[in-house]
Amino acid sequence: MPSEFTLPALGADMDEGTILEWHVAPGARVKRGDVVAVVETDKGAIDVEIFMDGVIREIVVKPGTKVPVGTVLALVDTEAATVTPSPMPMEQASAPAPPPPLAPSPAAAGEGRVEAARTAPPSDRLKISPAARRRARELDVDAAALTGTGPVGAITVEDVERARASPAPAREGMREAIAAAMSKSKREIPHYYLATTVDVTPATAWLAAHNAAVPVTQRLLFAALLVKSIALACRELPGFSGFHRDGRYQESPAVHVGVAVALRGGGLVAPAITDTADKPLVALMDDFRALVTRARAGRLRASELAAPTIILTSLGEASVDAVFPIIQPPQVAIVGAGAVVDRPWIVDGKVVPRQVLTLSLGADHRVTDGRLGAQFLARIVAKLLEPGSL
Amino acid sequence: MNREELARRVLELVTEIAPDVDAATVIPGIDFRDQFDFDSMDTLNFAIALHRELGIEVPETEYARLASLDKCLEYLAPRVS
Repeated sequence: MPSEFTLPALGADMDEGTILEWHVAPGARVKRGDVVAVVETDKGAIDVEIFMDGVIREIVVKPGTKVPVGTVLALVDTEAATVTPSPMPMEQASAPAPPPPLAPSPAAAGEGRVEAARTAPPSDRLKISPAARRRARELDVDAAALTGTGPVGAITVEDVERARASPAPAREGMREAIAAAMSKSKREIPHYYLATTVDVTPATAWLAAHNAAVPVTQRLLFAALLVKSIALACRELPGFSGFHRDGRYQESPAVHVGVAVALRGGGLVAPAITDTADKPLVALMDDFRALVTRARAGRLRASELAAPTIILTSLGEASVDAVFPIIQPPQVAIVGAGAVVDRPWIVDGKVVPRQVLTLSLGADHRVTDGRLGAQFLARIVAKLLEPGSL
Repeated sequence: MNREELARRVLELVTEIAPDVDAATVIPGIDFRDQFDFDSMDTLNFAIALHRELGIEVPETEYARLASLDKCLEYLAPRVS
């Protein structure tokens, strides 16, 4: 019996997704974690990983089709099944199979080129800049039907805009998704908020010295120190890293700190740096950089969007002093960071200039109380002020 | 590398870091931050890309000199071979 590969939910607010393309064809060997399909969601185009080892038997849902979460997308002969003799010889099973014939989707009707582009192997993928791909999605333009005028025939933003002269409102779907998640949060979660302003000069000084001493590829951002501090505090104090579902809270065994990433065209996603507490700072920073780049290019992976057990929202670049953060359900806590600013501060009875930061916490009163929340913030601060041990 | 070539390379790197930015619309005299919200993460990625592609290591204390296309050209021109 083949196993079913279903459309995963990429957050509490996701009900459906549209299959944009498949990276695999029947006969392809896959292993857990391989990106097998691109799915359009309210959060943009997401790379969806498969969660089993095996060989693709059948692609059930064709590109261009919108389906609810939980729909069977493909059938997979899992490893256990393929050790028993199967009608398909192994050599054939592991060789790239020819793409399956596609039923024309409504959008592709009468467009021979579209089919060719969609069924081509990944190496032959449509030449299109990420900005143009996004624009095409926003404008509902079928990019595969366009002729590119950019370098090596790539489709540019202009090509897309020419194809659709009247612009549509950008990222409407994402705005709706944010509205749904935040309304649910404000409706269902009894938030309490705490804030503390901290002299972070020891951390910024350590950071400047570190960044001056290492190669450019190993430089860190202040936010990386915060992310790691939050992860370590979550390990010490339960009640902040987990999920509240069906009336009860469950602490997550692993800590995955999500980072809120603002997208340039508007909108917001919060993918996770997985297993945050276990990563050395430089490795954490590498993941953080890759995550932000892919979030902005619209190439996040499903597992990254679904994973966060707590989120950091940092609005320092927007020059605000403090954030009053709203929890993203089913999570139960969110940490906010304002800008690191120079302020007069009292040290040993004298007023001196120091770099200070206001850290805040939005937490779920069904799970914790303010006293525990205050301890949690204090743990984060204690970690942050010992950056050498992060 | 002449100035035009350098400008082209810099814009390539900027749009690689910020794929949602169209190189043709970048205004040379205005800071990237003010034009398209180039943030500290983008700046770090830019410094890494300059090191990788042009072999120039820009200290963190000099990031401000990479703030716009004009500033980049002024800073980088004497440093590229």
